[in-house]
Amino acid sequence: MSLTTMLTTMGAGMLRTIGIFVLTLAGSLPLGMVIMFGRKSKHKILSTVVKAFISIIRGTPLMLQLLVWYFGPYYLFGWSIKGYRFPAIIIGFVVNYACYFAEIYRGGIESMDRGQYEAAEILGYSRSQTFFLIILPQVIKTILPSITNEVITLVKDTSLAFTLAYQEVFSLAKQISASETSFTPFVVAGIFYFVANYVVAYIMDRIEKSMSFYTT
Amino acid sequence: MILEMKNIEKHFEDCEVLHDISLCVDSGEVVSIIGRSGSGKSTLLRCATFLEKIDGGSICYKGETVAHTPEGERPVYIPKKDMGKVKNYFGLVFQNFNLFPHYSVLKNVCDAPVRVQKRDIGEVREEAMRLLDKMGLADKADAYPFQLSGGQKQRVAIARALALNPDILFFDEPTSALDPELTGEVLKIIRQLAKEKMTMVIVTHEMNFARAVSNRVIFMDGGYIVEEGDPEEVFGNPKQERTRQFLAGYGE
Repeated sequence: MSLTTMLTTMGAGMLRTIGIFVLTLAGSLPLGMVIMFGRKSKHKILSTVVKAFISIIRGTPLMLQLLVWYFGPYYLFGWSIKGYRFPAIIIGFVVNYACYFAEIYRGGIESMDRGQYEAAEILGYSRSQTFFLIILPQVIKTILPSITNEVITLVKDTSLAFTLAYQEVFSLAKQISASETSFTPFVVAGIFYFVANYVVAYIMDRIEKSMSFYTT
Repeated sequence: MILEMKNIEKHFEDCEVLHDISLCVDSGEVVSIIGRSGSGKSTLLRCATFLEKIDGGSICYKGETVAHTPEGERPVYIPKKDMGKVKNYFGLVFQNFNLFPHYSVLKNVCDAPVRVQKRDIGEVREEAMRLLDKMGLADKADAYPFQLSGGQKQRVAIARALALNPDILFFDEPTSALDPELTGEVLKIIRQLAKEKMTMVIVTHEMNFARAVSNRVIFMDGGYIVEEGDPEEVFGNPKQERTRQFLAGYGE
């Protein structure tokens, strides 16, 4: 296999990796908000169930969760769903990351000064105005470093999709390395992950700077 | 009568905080509430502004009943949808300012009138600039709260409250978080407002200020109103032993 062929093959894998990454973020950042609201709900049963769910997701390996999401429908209900491999991967990643984001959001919201809510209430803001205009922008600023951590971990975690034999860059690197008895695919994969994270860190840094016009 | 609070009861868990407190404030009046920490002064303001719910008694603003307690029952508040109108009647200035740190000074003042009262932004900005000018802060309109001193922050907070044109303004220890040298600039503003006949209720530890600025002084202790009256009477010739003790403590 020539280097060009190898790079072309792995390039397709990189695109699949980026696909997992983008879809996971797009799904888990908002879903995390929903889970956080469930976790903080005054409804005791709901908050207990959500808390238990977060605990399970955070307490078991993502690799295992991917297997459960993929094989679960067949073993539990006898369903075999066509083309379910990729959706299972995305569901697994989104749910897993949403739980981590939910706890980060919760930490940020609980760190907010009660006075901010009280001032907003006295000034007559509605509950949703208070949350979206007053609280959330400050929370985002506070939690951004933690979010960056998760996003960087996600770049590397995408390699877990190899568990379900999805042809992302890590799976391909392993396959090509084995069939060609070559070390090069690992180097290519390593450079890819590093560059991807460099870009992520740069973007997150820019976002952080854009919010540095004030301090609390 | 702008505010009528009658027979207010309030307790946290098992701790009684307010006992049968009645407070009426007429238009143009300046009422100061003095007393030790934990005497219930701040709780009374928080009940008047609905940050805390009362456990008994009634609250009326401009003759409209907002909360009342039927015989032998829990207090009843008017429905949430009617609360918006009532909230326009009062403003509250906090001890810790509670400005919004991500908003500029001007936006802190303008945002609520525009978003809550749905007023025209151009008109609101003009009024906000007038208010900031009055507070001596016209040059700080584009600054952010973290760039201001405590006294400046509190003056922005006062402008923010005034921008909503309240009928009555409550102050919850407005100078307690400030250095002595910054206290003066905030008290000066409140004095100015008193001169303009702004109706105000001020919880404060500044005795000289309370004496000078108020039409009426209330001394609270242990959740009771111990003494109430003309400032010269309360400070100059207190009737109650507890008031005398409290004021003597301040003289030292």
